[in-house]
Amino acid sequence: MAYEITLLTTMSISVLFALSLNFITGFCGQISLGHAAFMGVGAYTAAIMMKASVSLLVAIPVAAVFAGALGLLVGFASLRVRHDFLAITTMGVVFLFVGVVRQQEFLGGEVGISGIQRSELGRTGFLLLCISLAALFAGFSLLVKRSWLGFVFDSIADNEDVSRVIGIDVAKYKLFAFVVGTAAAGVAGALYAQHFRYVGPDSFGFVESISVLAMVVVGGIGSVWGVMFAAAVLSVLPLLIQFVDDYKILVYSALLFSMMRFAPDGLAGIVNRSMNRIKGRSS
Amino acid sequence: MTPVLEVKDVTVRFGGVIAVDKASVSIEAGELIGFVGPNGAGKTTLMRVITGIVKPQQGSVTLEGKDLTGLSINQRVRAGLALAQQIVQPLRGMTVLNNVALACGTAKTANPFKAIKSFDKRAERATALALLTRVGLQDVADNEPSKLPLGYLKRLEVARALALKPRLLLLDEPLAGLNQSEASSLADLIKTLNHDGLSILLIEHNLREVMRVCPKVYVQDLGKSLAFGEAKKIMSRPDVIAAYLGKG
Repeated sequence: MAYEITLLTTMSISVLFALSLNFITGFCGQISLGHAAFMGVGAYTAAIMMKASVSLLVAIPVAAVFAGALGLLVGFASLRVRHDFLAITTMGVVFLFVGVVRQQEFLGGEVGISGIQRSELGRTGFLLLCISLAALFAGFSLLVKRSWLGFVFDSIADNEDVSRVIGIDVAKYKLFAFVVGTAAAGVAGALYAQHFRYVGPDSFGFVESISVLAMVVVGGIGSVWGVMFAAAVLSVLPLLIQFVDDYKILVYSALLFSMMRFAPDGLAGIVNRSMNRIKGRSS
Repeated sequence: MTPVLEVKDVTVRFGGVIAVDKASVSIEAGELIGFVGPNGAGKTTLMRVITGIVKPQQGSVTLEGKDLTGLSINQRVRAGLALAQQIVQPLRGMTVLNNVALACGTAKTANPFKAIKSFDKRAERATALALLTRVGLQDVADNEPSKLPLGYLKRLEVARALALKPRLLLLDEPLAGLNQSEASSLADLIKTLNHDGLSILLIEHNLREVMRVCPKVYVQDLGKSLAFGEAKKIMSRPDVIAAYLGKG
């Protein structure tokens, strides 16, 4: 049973993490190649707090605030640069994060922070917390998609200049997306720290940023259900299949490439198209 | 009475080149003014000054007495300016109806916190359909813009601009790229909109249509205001003819 709990916990944390990137990249159209940095900020914040015997339930909101604050800063950068330049900038953020963390003694330097105490919730309680938070953010994402916020995000992702011409304050919306998305990544980070009871600089680098992007792209950029499914499957694949674990970056990159090349709208797009075809045939 | 739009002594320099030189133009409520001039006259630059994309070195732009200096394009749109662009830019990921409905919802899209609390799109969709009917696009409301020809997309630009309930409509070469019958039917639509009370500034190269629908024209040449007044009188002036055809 312990193994299943570990698998499900890993899955839920990944789902939350992937949905947080989906909010920025999928909904608002702002590419980020450095999303793991925000998870890292959340993880380190929570790790330090839990080492100081602060409860996980207090550490989670603080982790969200710290990650969201960094997200706001990076969001400001997104107002100046777009598309590939934004991709390079966000990539810079993750390298900077890892570089800075490695040098800080109070963050454990190269070794990281280990021996984080287990939370008072117990394993099952913690799993339920992870599932609830992932479900909560998924519900929030679905709500946003239906609201006028989702409508405006669609237009910004489509064409920023046109959005301005119809009176939309693009900057406000982009900053909103960055803060919400990165704060949620911070929450995922806090959960990660509790789950593995260890955080290290290598856990939140470029490879993790690409892995989470692969989850979003494979699921279907912007699709809540697609991203949830892809994140759930891709997060446990390395735990189930040794080959995937050994060649994780190779497998994820190959998936990312094939999806971009053959089905840019991801699994959600493939499912939608098939459904339409079936409907078309039956009508 | 305060003019709807007043451009006063606007000067724009790009390096050593003076693109607009102390240009002034004003539009009273309910007017339809044709803004003409040969290529390189600085029409587009002046238009960009009005929309806030280009910052002038000198001069001011006011909308119904409100100084627009320092406002971004989206703030100007909310102040009552609407723009239909020369190069059509529909939102390609959504239907024609949603393109217009989004513009109808300016009250709901003022900021993310308002937008996240609003869900109902029925009223905006109904208004959008009425606007599409007005510009003759009701039959393609559910289509994606990418599948439509240029003439339709030009009308979509106009419908989207109308959705903003503007005090002044700026039309940047709406007839460019259209054939004669499409151009003349769109020009008729512009005339009707003006008859219904909308103030319009029409930048256009198609002089025939401008002369047909615009009672007044503003002529700019080499960045300077050349003439402003009744269309027929102005266009028969020797200096205006010389600006177009060169001096004999």
